[in-house]
Amino acid sequence: MIKAKDIKEKYIRRHPSPFCPGCGGGMVLNSMSRAVEESDVSKDDIVAVSGIGCAAWIPSPHWRVDTLHTTHGRAIAYASGVKIGNKDLEVMVVSGDGDCAGIGGNHLLHGARNNIDLNVLMINNGLYAMTGGQVAPTTEHDEETLTTPYGNPSSSFEAAEVVKAAGAGHVARWTTYHMKELIEEVKKAIDTTGFSFIEVLTQCPTRKGKKEGMDGLEMLEWYKENTSKDEDSDKIFVGTLSEVDRPELAEQIYQQIDEVGGDLR
Amino acid sequence: MKGSGEYFMEGNIACAEGALRAGCSFYAGYPITPASEVMNHLSKELPTVGGRFVQMEDEIASIASVIGASWTGLKSMTATSGPGFSLMQENLGYAVMTETPCVIVNVQRAGPSTGQATKPGTGDVMQARFGSQGDYEIIALSPNSGQEMFDFTIRAFNLSEKYRIPVVLLADAGVGHMRERVKIREDVKIEERRRPEEGEKEFFDTDRKDHVPPMPDFGDGEELLVTGSTHLGDGTRDTSSFEAQDKLVRRLVAKIEDNREDIEDWEEHNVEGADLVVVSYGSISRPARGAVKKAREEGHDVGFFRPKVMWPSPEKRLREIGEDSEVLLAELSLRGYRMEIERAVPSENLHVYDRLNSLPTIDKVYSKIIEVLG
Repeated sequence: MIKAKDIKEKYIRRHPSPFCPGCGGGMVLNSMSRAVEESDVSKDDIVAVSGIGCAAWIPSPHWRVDTLHTTHGRAIAYASGVKIGNKDLEVMVVSGDGDCAGIGGNHLLHGARNNIDLNVLMINNGLYAMTGGQVAPTTEHDEETLTTPYGNPSSSFEAAEVVKAAGAGHVARWTTYHMKELIEEVKKAIDTTGFSFIEVLTQCPTRKGKKEGMDGLEMLEWYKENTSKDEDSDKIFVGTLSEVDRPELAEQIYQQIDEVGGDLR
Repeated sequence: MKGSGEYFMEGNIACAEGALRAGCSFYAGYPITPASEVMNHLSKELPTVGGRFVQMEDEIASIASVIGASWTGLKSMTATSGPGFSLMQENLGYAVMTETPCVIVNVQRAGPSTGQATKPGTGDVMQARFGSQGDYEIIALSPNSGQEMFDFTIRAFNLSEKYRIPVVLLADAGVGHMRERVKIREDVKIEERRRPEEGEKEFFDTDRKDHVPPMPDFGDGEELLVTGSTHLGDGTRDTSSFEAQDKLVRRLVAKIEDNREDIEDWEEHNVEGADLVVVSYGSISRPARGAVKKAREEGHDVGFFRPKVMWPSPEKRLREIGEDSEVLLAELSLRGYRMEIERAVPSENLHVYDRLNSLPTIDKVYSKIIEVLG
């Protein structure tokens, strides 16, 4: 296995990172880097697209690949243009739960429906962290946040299940406690020709941990105790939720160009 | 793609044909009246010349994917009308900030809001200039014929490539849906974005006089940093320093201001010393020009001025005209270009013929000319 020092040198840039002590963002960056290192894809062929929020800063500017740091919620739409523009590029999307399932929810649905060959990591910390800890579409019912001081009157959104129903080729859920499994799942996403969606439950000690009396490490332990790889368990399921073989959008578009005799511009 | 020759063609189709001729290789869009024909035509024709076509889930996704595709080295485009253009504003600003070449066609319709989808209007002129947040300059072209739908679409691509900026083709339902003679030429001048030379590593700053940095593609191994946040010359995000914000935003504005001479374009007839100059643009400039012709035939000293490039506006020339002559602005809206004309022409010299919903007859504009001349 590649040493941490070498991962840092090859994949990480612009120190120090902006992340709070105990944040899971760096762990996600590490897992993506290791997955790429252990896969066949060339670093020069990776484009990492992100939107707005803490999670968007995981690849931009820290991941040493081509990065496209876009507007709030639109990462999947921008990434679709990159993929259709050049289908040989390996396009990663790193998006927070608010960015991906809230403001960007429509793009998430249609990215999955199109089964476009993107690798989407939804970094789920259960609230809007960068802006102070407001309620998100992923916040549990009754949970107190900055904007639900009397408890969340709404209920949480099971993004992975929705993406699965919309037809994504590959859907999974892990947490930052499950680093080895996460690396393997990102490798599987890279190998999948289709829409890969990995929900990564990620600790936010600053906005969520503090109000619940947990530091980063304790939040990781919470993930360990409250998740299960057994689908029949009452705990949060972690693992691969779905793998289906459906037509992929970019390939279909290129195939049609070929069929009508177009000489690729 | 049509071969060279003369065709009886709808304006929106001429626009699509211009895009094909300009080298467009990526189109993303969403259906909307009165712009859909651009997309309908390209969905069939673009793949045959090796271009990528995709219909997205909305206009936000359309312009987002256009910008993404542009960074893979493709000349990219979308077309829409008012409601879709409103949705695109945030990402239009992103294209300005990241200096991403792309073309946005807005076949304007009568607004505000849903308005009258099949009826022409030019109420989006200020939106094209100021619609996204923050300080910026942009280029917007105004065609008034099927021929200009073809020619200006090509120029829009050329300007966007040359200056690394989104260019808006500000058409209206009048020119978009009008059918008339269009001459397709093959010998058109095509501009390509400047690529980095060996060792050039700054893709978001330059000392060049034209203020345009070189642009590589994703996949070139440059480890590109593209961000809508304020950034340094190498693309690194800088969310707090005075120097970064000041240098970047001033250059983005200077990129247009200092290249005005190359960008500006207008037509004028008998303007010097005229008693009255009719200023008009877009589809209504056709009957307005007819009215000027009729007035001259009747012996009146009336000139005609038409900006072909709306932004940057021909403000210097407008000021000169407003000093010497009375000005009659004829436009298909109440607020379209009016504030810009008011800025250049003294209020005592300015008269307005504003029309909603449909094109006026030549006689209607002529009557207004006679009324102003007293």
